[in-house]
Amino acid sequence: MEKDLKDLKFAVEKKKEFDVYLIRQDFPILQRTIREKPLIYFDNAATTQKPKQVIDAIVHYYSQLNSNIHRGVHYLSQAATTEYECARRIIKSFINARFEEEIVYTRGATEAINLVASSYGETFLKEGDEILITYMEHHSNIVPWQIVSQKTGAKLKVVPIDDNGELILEEFDRLLNERTKIVSVVHISNSLGTINPVEYIIKKAHQFGAVVLVDGSQSIQHIPIDVQKLDCDFFVFSGHKIYGPTGIGVLYAKKGLLEAMPPYQGGGDMILSVTFEKTIYNVVPHKFEAGTPNIEGAIGLASAIRYVQNIGLDVIFSYETKLLNYATARISEIPEVKIIGTAKNKASLISFVIDNVHPHDIGTLLDRDGIAIRTGHHCTEPVMRRYGVPATSRASFAFYNTTEEVDVFVNSLKKIISKFK
Amino acid sequence: MDEFDLLYQEVILDHNKNPRNFGVLDPATHKAIGHNPLCGDHIEIYLNVEDNVIKDVRFKGVGCAISKASASIMTTVLKGKTLDEVKELFENYHKVLTSKPDEPVDTEKLGKLAVFAGVREFPVRVKCATLAWHTLMEALEKKDSVLKVD
Repeated sequence: MEKDLKDLKFAVEKKKEFDVYLIRQDFPILQRTIREKPLIYFDNAATTQKPKQVIDAIVHYYSQLNSNIHRGVHYLSQAATTEYECARRIIKSFINARFEEEIVYTRGATEAINLVASSYGETFLKEGDEILITYMEHHSNIVPWQIVSQKTGAKLKVVPIDDNGELILEEFDRLLNERTKIVSVVHISNSLGTINPVEYIIKKAHQFGAVVLVDGSQSIQHIPIDVQKLDCDFFVFSGHKIYGPTGIGVLYAKKGLLEAMPPYQGGGDMILSVTFEKTIYNVVPHKFEAGTPNIEGAIGLASAIRYVQNIGLDVIFSYETKLLNYATARISEIPEVKIIGTAKNKASLISFVIDNVHPHDIGTLLDRDGIAIRTGHHCTEPVMRRYGVPATSRASFAFYNTTEEVDVFVNSLKKIISKFK
Repeated sequence: MDEFDLLYQEVILDHNKNPRNFGVLDPATHKAIGHNPLCGDHIEIYLNVEDNVIKDVRFKGVGCAISKASASIMTTVLKGKTLDEVKELFENYHKVLTSKPDEPVDTEKLGKLAVFAGVREFPVRVKCATLAWHTLMEALEKKDSVLKVD
């Protein structure tokens, strides 16, 4: 009996076991070669590849449903509207928002941050107020706040990071005060991989009455997100980072905040009635969705989310962590390599520099072996300056990457280093 | 030899590792700073020009192998050339680098610079091979300036 149970448990576990080789078959692009070598795609922090389920959903939309949404009385318009709004429900439950109306479609995380900075920031910030960001923000979470600072007279404050690439929380505590009105922080750093303690940041910021925006561009695809549990006021992400199409993204915002915010853009769909004297705005989220939206993007994103849910983000995170640990160990074998970003809590990417070999030369020569990585400042110039490097090379992994690919990558790196000796 | 071996040939790797005329000229009649914000490349060019002839040249900076080697090799061909000759050389160099891979090119006019002909196979790297030259031209046009190339 005991043995049977054990076998049964084994069978269940076996069934649940994550089969990366099976998963890879879902991604058409992973079957192709680059210069007669199998593609090794390690540029997932820039954009992820798309499973055929997502590609099929977009093809299905254009071949069977294409029509403009809302207000149409004909069959196709209603069917397209249903799909588009159904996608919103899928996103809502994926991040566990309380209401569907809290999900605003945008072009991506960048537009979502700009929307908040412009609509919320310009309405509620005044001279002497402070906006708190961190040293490891992507340019998209720096520049919109600089623009709103210039317009309102609010001051931009920056939380520094330590040598490992972790936020110095004592500095965060010190910088936070009653003048702090907005805290905008990246959940996972795109150039360092650091997973930030956003729960702590949100709790602390709320004690001072500040609202918190979490940039989830690099977290949505790696770890489960529960916006109610986080209690963040805004959460933004891009569809293409989570195996969905480009040109679609999400702004989650607490309903009360969205209702208090003025529209970001004017146009069709965001109004209830228009006369030349007065326009009555539509209810949220439609108030923020002017013009014909990216319908196939929303549908594709929903399909990507379903795909990820099917595997399970906990399973994904656990596999990616194992892959990261393996890659970190293998790359550390090379004495010339210095890893930039060694936080205790890290997502599956490795930023590194090599003595006497510029990242662009590394990138070009890895490409020769069919390996795609990113080189440059990763839109985080302050981080580069913090570490005194002009650029880094970054290998970022997804759940469809394998340890065998890491081996090919490490061997290719070794070859490059000896070429430059 | 594939296009990658052509790009990273020995001469280029050697100049990357042991750049010639590396340093500062003080005093200098002309100088300029060039940046490529996209890759973080930074280069400074110092010149001494007398009677329209380049008497001496130095450079310093950081960058990829292609940008460093192109700066180094550039400094080795400039001395003794008139400004018109330099301008013509740059025009020929630029023409070869931006030509299509299957187009026939006249590398004879390029002399030592011919080792960079392989760069044309890598359009994103053309900027690397021309940053030093653009900075040089900037230095010659204005006496002291900062150039941003992206």
